[in-house]
Amino acid sequence: MEKFGFSISKGRQIDYEANDRRVADFIYEREPSFRLCIECGGCSATCTTGNLTKFSLREIHILIKRGENDKVREDIKKCMLCGKCTLVCPRGVNTRNIVMLAKQAFIKSDEYAV
Amino acid sequence: MSKHVIVIGGGVAGLEAAGQLSKAGIEVSLIEKDSLTGGHLNNWYKLFPDRRHSSEVKAYLDGISLNDRIRLLTGTTVEKFHRNKSHFSIITDKGKELSADAVVVATGFDLFKSEKKEEYGYGIYDNVISSSDLEVMFRSGKIVLQNGTVPKTIGIVHCVGSRDEKAGNLYCSKLCCVTAVKQAIELREHLPASKVFCFYMDMRMGGAFYEELYREAQEEWAVNFIRGKVSEASETIDNKLVIKVEDTLAGRPLKMELDLLVLMAGMEMSEGGKKIATLSGLTTGQNRFFSAADPHYGSNRSNINGVFYAGTCTAPMNITETISHARAAVSDVMDYLKESN
Repeated sequence: MEKFGFSISKGRQIDYEANDRRVADFIYEREPSFRLCIECGGCSATCTTGNLTKFSLREIHILIKRGENDKVREDIKKCMLCGKCTLVCPRGVNTRNIVMLAKQAFIKSDEYAV
Repeated sequence: MSKHVIVIGGGVAGLEAAGQLSKAGIEVSLIEKDSLTGGHLNNWYKLFPDRRHSSEVKAYLDGISLNDRIRLLTGTTVEKFHRNKSHFSIITDKGKELSADAVVVATGFDLFKSEKKEEYGYGIYDNVISSSDLEVMFRSGKIVLQNGTVPKTIGIVHCVGSRDEKAGNLYCSKLCCVTAVKQAIELREHLPASKVFCFYMDMRMGGAFYEELYREAQEEWAVNFIRGKVSEASETIDNKLVIKVEDTLAGRPLKMELDLLVLMAGMEMSEGGKKIATLSGLTTGQNRFFSAADPHYGSNRSNINGVFYAGTCTAPMNITETISHARAAVSDVMDYLKESN
């Protein structure tokens, strides 16, 4: 078949029902402070990784909560676990532990991840 | 001879003003359009932020306003408003003429009529309700969908009729956010198996212990907060609601299926207040509420000497602020009566 270089673009919409939020549930269960995030962006502002590469812990939080795991799975490996994000968080979210737990959840991908 | 003051409106502000005036030895006529005093309080379930039952506040207001000095005229409206120097006379719909040395206007607010935001489907879809409908459901203890089943996924839309040029209201009603948080907690309390989502533009938790309640909603009740203004709701063939919203913090559009959608209706100048403005010549502002003589130190005084404002006829206020405002109005009335002696 002749190829003309056209393709169907993937929708950008988050389909809440279709998404799998087991990674989020895994974290909620083990680190309840995950619920307290108000998306202020303090963590991303202080983050060394985020200042040098395209990485936002704030965005990662929200993507996990929506079940948009694909982007997070690779991105989260960039975190150096320095813990500055935890120091600046105004809501007392244990952000460092959330990264640890997310990594665990992805490693146990057979059980938890999409 | 004792002085006489007419209070128009028997809600929280009117009852408090009448009660405090009577304590100061003033004769009061309290005009209320409904058959019961208490106003919106009669429909509310529990109050934010401490979630005490509204009937406790009503009992307090009854306690100070049921006495010999207050003549209660329920089921009555004002039809004529005259002023002759320092003397006021009001004619009611029943043809009764009342005269007074001063008038306190406490005509309160009306809730924004949610059907005006047609895109949310209030009055069109079965399971789209307003915040005040939900209060009534809480009072009855029965939170069910039109078909009698229990909702599992519930969405709450903030800013319905507030901060919305299309609704004609540029202002923030300032209490809908905390009402949403309170109702989200109560939904989770009544229906522990439910999931609750609040869709907000900003969380405006500007009152004592409001932010703490927001935190409690997240921490103890697992309420989800999604930043974005819901653009529209539609109904599926199996009677579910689908909403469209941008998850502005993810930077992506989002669609979600819900069983029940609750609209946080804002506060507007009441129809009763608008009528009083027309009859009396009291001035109103761009937001249609009565405009105070001075926004900083004269929020109880009006453009007419001897007419005073109490409560939400001047701006959205919570109950604490309304009661304080009504007391301040009484202080201004007492000064005025002393000076005009």
